[in-house]
Parts: sequence; C-alpha cells; structure tokens
Amino acid sequence: MSATSTPPRTPEKGSATTTRTYADSARPLPLRLLLTRDAAVLGLLVAVVSYSVVAIPNFDSQLTIYFLVLDIAPILLIALPMTLVIVTGEIDLSVASIVAVTSVLFGVLTREGAPIALAAVLAVLAGALAGAVNGLLVTKLGLPSLAVTIGTLALYRGVAVGLLGTTAITDWPDTWTDAVTATFGESQIPVIVVPLAVAAALFGLLLHLTSFGRGLFAIGLSSESARFSGVDVERTKLVAFVLTGLVSGIAGVYFTLRYGSSRGDNATGLELQVIAAVLLGGVSIFGGRGAIPGVLGGVLLIGVIGSALRLDGQSANVIQIVTGVLLIASVVSAALLGWVSRRVRRRPPTAAEAAPPAVPTAGGM
Amino acid sequence: MTTLAPEPAPATKPPAARPQSRLASLLKARETGILLALVAFLAVTTAINPRFVFSTDGFRDLFLTPSILVVLAVGQAMVIITRNVDLSVGSILGLTAYLAGRLFLDTGLPILVVVLLAVLAGAVLGLVNGMLVAFARVPALVITLGTLYVYRGIYLQWAGSDRINASDIPDGLLSFGTSSLLGIPQLAIVSFVVLAVAAYWMRTSRGGRELYAIGSDPAAATLYGLKDKQRILTAFAASGALAGLAGILYVARYGTISSGVGFGIELEAVGAAVIGGVAIFGGSGTVVGAAIGAYLLTSIDRGLPILGIPDFWQRAVVGLLILGAIVLDKVLAERQHKKLLAERHRS
Repeated sequence: MSATSTPPRTPEKGSATTTRTYADSARPLPLRLLLTRDAAVLGLLVAVVSYSVVAIPNFDSQLTIYFLVLDIAPILLIALPMTLVIVTGEIDLSVASIVAVTSVLFGVLTREGAPIALAAVLAVLAGALAGAVNGLLVTKLGLPSLAVTIGTLALYRGVAVGLLGTTAITDWPDTWTDAVTATFGESQIPVIVVPLAVAAALFGLLLHLTSFGRGLFAIGLSSESARFSGVDVERTKLVAFVLTGLVSGIAGVYFTLRYGSSRGDNATGLELQVIAAVLLGGVSIFGGRGAIPGVLGGVLLIGVIGSALRLDGQSANVIQIVTGVLLIASVVSAALLGWVSRRVRRRPPTAAEAAPPAVPTAGGM
Repeated sequence: MTTLAPEPAPATKPPAARPQSRLASLLKARETGILLALVAFLAVTTAINPRFVFSTDGFRDLFLTPSILVVLAVGQAMVIITRNVDLSVGSILGLTAYLAGRLFLDTGLPILVVVLLAVLAGAVLGLVNGMLVAFARVPALVITLGTLYVYRGIYLQWAGSDRINASDIPDGLLSFGTSSLLGIPQLAIVSFVVLAVAAYWMRTSRGGRELYAIGSDPAAATLYGLKDKQRILTAFAASGALAGLAGILYVARYGTISSGVGFGIELEAVGAAVIGGVAIFGGSGTVVGAAIGAYLLTSIDRGLPILGIPDFWQRAVVGLLILGAIVLDKVLAERQHKKLLAERHRS
C-alpha cells in the first residue's frame, strides 16, 4: 500500500525499485507482445484450462461453462473499472458494499411498488453516487483512498444492513430472474456473455485507446508530471471512481436477480476477489501499469481454478488457499523478476554484450 | 503525511518559543479528542439508560467486550505506523483460536503452554507476512490480502465442519475469561498490560522510534542507515503474535470456536487505529489512540440500541466515524503545516 496514493508532494515514489518506463520499444513487436505479464497470465490460463479439460471429468461440459460465467460475472464487471482506479494508483475497497447497498435499494424500491426497470435504474444511479462520494473525498479533500474506502466499506454495508436488517426480499418476477440466467437456445451458453463482452471491450477501448485512458496511466506513473502535461488529475480520478460505483451498481442488480434475493449481506468479501483478480492480471498496485486483456485473464483464471477444483471434489477452502497463493505469487514474482533484471543490467557490459542494441532507452537505467 | 500531525512537541521549535507545558500538549494531543468523544458517548447513553455503565453487567462489558479488539488494534497500529497494513489478523485470530482448541482437545498440555504456543504460532504467521513485505518489497496491502485468504483457507480446511465447544476447553481458561479482579475483568487486564508495554516501547525505545521514522519517510530511513527490514519484520511479528493472543482471549471469552471466528475483524482493527488517529500513511499516531478507537467502536456497537438506533445501523455509524476521523486528521495536519510555514517565515 505504501506508495499507492502518497500525496503528490513527494516527487519520487519510493526507491529505485518502483522506477518504471513505457514498453521498451527497442525490441521487436512479437517479443514485446509475448514477454508481458498479460501474456504470462493468459498462458497460465491456457495451461490450467488444458490441464483441466484432460484431467478433470466433466470440466468440458457446457454446464461447467454456464455456472462459470454466471459466477464470475460480478467479479468480471467490477474488475474492469477497478483496473482504471488501480492504474491511477488509488484503490476502492468499498465495491462489495456498493453491490450490497444497490441490491437492497433495488429490493426496497420494488417492494414499495416501483416498476422493476425504474428501480434498477435508480439503484445503478445510487451506485454511481456512492462512487462519486468516494471520488470526491479522495480528489477534493485529498484523502488517501485506502482509508476513505475502508470507511465507506463500513458505511455502505451499514446502510444496506440497516435498511433491511436480517430480512430478505425474495419475490422477484420470473421474467426478470430468468432473463439473467437465460441461455442461447438449446445450448448452455448464458446470454449475459454478450453484455460482459461489450463491457470488457468498452473498458478496453477507454483505457487503451483514449486520451482519458492515457491520462490514467500518466497519473499512476507520476500525478505531478501528469498535471504539468495537462491531465486534469482530479476529474480523471473522480470519473474512475464514479464508473466503479456505477458498475458495482449494475453488479448489484445482477446479483439480486441471479440469486433472486436482496439482502444486506449480499456479496460479502467480493472486493477481495475483485482486487485479487485485477492484481493477478498484472496491474501494478503502485499504478501506471496494467491492461484489460490481462485483467480478463486474471478473472477467468480465478474462475476456472475455482470450478476445476470444485469439480475435482476440493472444498471451497482449498480454492481460497490457491487464490491467496496466486495473488502473493503474482506480485512476488514481479518483484523477483525486476530484481533479477536489474542485477543483470547492472553488470558491467562485456564487449560482446555492449555491441547489440541492448537497452538504450531514455528512462530505463 | 509526514510526522507533522499529532506529535505533541515538535523538535524543531525556534529557541524563542517557550516549551509547551505538559497540560497544554496533553490537551492538544489527538488522543484527547477521541477520548472526549468516547466519554461523551458513554455519558449520553448512560444518561438515557444508567444500566449501560452503572450495573454489574454493564460495567463488566464496558471493559470486557473491547479487550480482544484492543489487542488487535495495538498490533495493527504498530504495523500502520511503519506505513504498512496487516489485513490477515482476522484469519490469524481464527487459526490460532482453533489451534488452541485442538491442543486442548488432543493433548493434555497445560494451559500456559498452549497459550504460549498460540502466541508463537501467531508470531510465525506474522513473520511470514513481514518477510514477504520486507524482502519482496511488495505493498503490504496485497501480501496480507493474500495471506488473509491462505490462513483462512488453512483454518477452514483443517477445521472442516468440526466445531470446538466450551466443554472441550479447560475450566481454568474459561473462568479466566469471565472472572474479574477488583471489579475489572481479567481479559481487560491482559489488554491493559499489552497496551502499556506496547505504548512504553513505542514511545521510549529505539526500536519503537525507528518504526515511526520508517513510516514517515521510508527512503530517508534507509539512507540514514536504519535497519528497516528488521524493524518491519518486528512490527509484523508483533501484530501476528498479538493476533495469536487475541485468539486465546477469544477462546477464553466465548469457548466455542466455529468457522466464522475472526471473520472481518481485520477491518475493525484498521478502523479502530484510524479512528484513534493513526495516520494510514504511517509515521504518526499512537497505540493508545488505537486502543481508545477500539473502545469507541465497541461501545458504539453496544450503545446504539439505547440511543434508539437499531443495531443494524452500527456499521454505518462506524463508517461515518472512520471518514470523520480521516477528515479531521487532514484538517489538523494542514493547520500544523501552515503554522510551521509561518514560523519559518518569521525566523
């Protein structure tokens, strides 16, 4: 957490270990595409999937895919905007609480007679509002996002539990709950893969192909220099937090309909799974680095490992252990690789090594 | 967030200024504010329902209920002061509580040995966190999020659907958990001792001061030649050991160890420290403040129904308190910053 969102007063974040540069353009394109954290995650994903298909009975059945998609949908949805937030060097721990509060609000509004569609829209807007509160506290007051969102984690969860107590709202019309779990025709492919894919594409475009997205990376690398190069740091961060709230609201509505239940303790602990998936996908917790394809790989990896272990008869506890070990391994391995490559570079170049175009980039040293 | 915030007497005072009197610095301390808030809350709830404090049970619960959280908050404060965080304490608490229960059930070890083993196990788990953080130079948030999963997974896998009941726990420990000495519950006395030792160490010892130095500017601390890795290891091991002790306190207090033990308590511990004025970016705050924060959290938990607020809203109030505390810290830090600037201009 240390350097994540240190107030911008300190010019250099941490020590030399956090020095980073943009992708090394000196190397040929195929190498640049292959030797990334994204590629590593996706490769690991392919390995796990192929192993599971061969070794675990029923893993390749359509039903497995059906439940896999339905289960990871909320994690996948929230991981997208969470990537934007973490790329700026901030964090949002309150997402699961926003899911719960929007789920409860959706339920309460429907119970009070609002049309379901209207209730859903209002709940999603409430999610955006909750994200805006986070964002304003972080940008306008300059508070650390870690502390702010620990506070709003408790606050939003408290409102959710306060509104419904231990009761649940469970009478949802079948047309709505069926719509969420519907499949394409006779197959077992759930219809929600379409909106999920659209959301992933939209966030991929936003992060990687717009000036807003470049601004996010610039802020994560150095918010001071981002400001001097014309990025509206506060507005950009605020938008990232509002998007996170909005998408958490959508996930809240989905969660409610998927399980047909609106409860105050819905989605407890989901924030940890989302953050684990994002970091596993190669997004740097220090900000400034990460990509949507890697994040999708991280989410799928967690989902696939979970369903493979479950089909293999392992308990949910083993899945927890594996998730935790993966999370630690993903960050420790990055640190280890960085250490090794620095060691290698620091070695005085021999005549043979100095000749080829090694690493003569501007900031790489 | 440098050390500016609530340190009572800044070391860099111009010689002209008179040293602050002890009373003035005590009144200005960040801890005083939170203590006043606690007293005010207790006063209001007691005015509405005198039994809240002035009955045997009320008085006992006033000290007994917070003791576990106080122990956790003290450890958490030590870690946060080094600009790290330990999210795994809830899982360590659960794991050590179950370990203690298993040892009672399967071996005939004396209570004291089991207690020591549980604390030691907590320290080892904390040391694992510390080593990953100190040597891999990875943010503690990520590492301890990972070990939160791992430790909890190990605990649940080990425990399965087993559940340890009060009848399996030696009577000596259970009666320790419920009895009082001079009207003060013994568990609370344990938490006071922990608090006093930690507060003394943090305030006076070289190691304690170095924790503050590392938290307020890690790079400067390294350049200055402080043994930062060793100190961070110490802080995490202390946090783990205290979580282990909290696990024992849990066994003594409740007797039953089921799968939910310690779930989510890590955020309460962080919340208590933040409410008590421990800055999340390290370098300032005290363990005493964190302990008062823990008292405030648990008292609010118990007191809300008396104020006519259903206790379902407890977490919302806790959230508002955390937000209020960090806003207040920010305001205080900025005011201090301006004051120091003004002083520099004058000289």
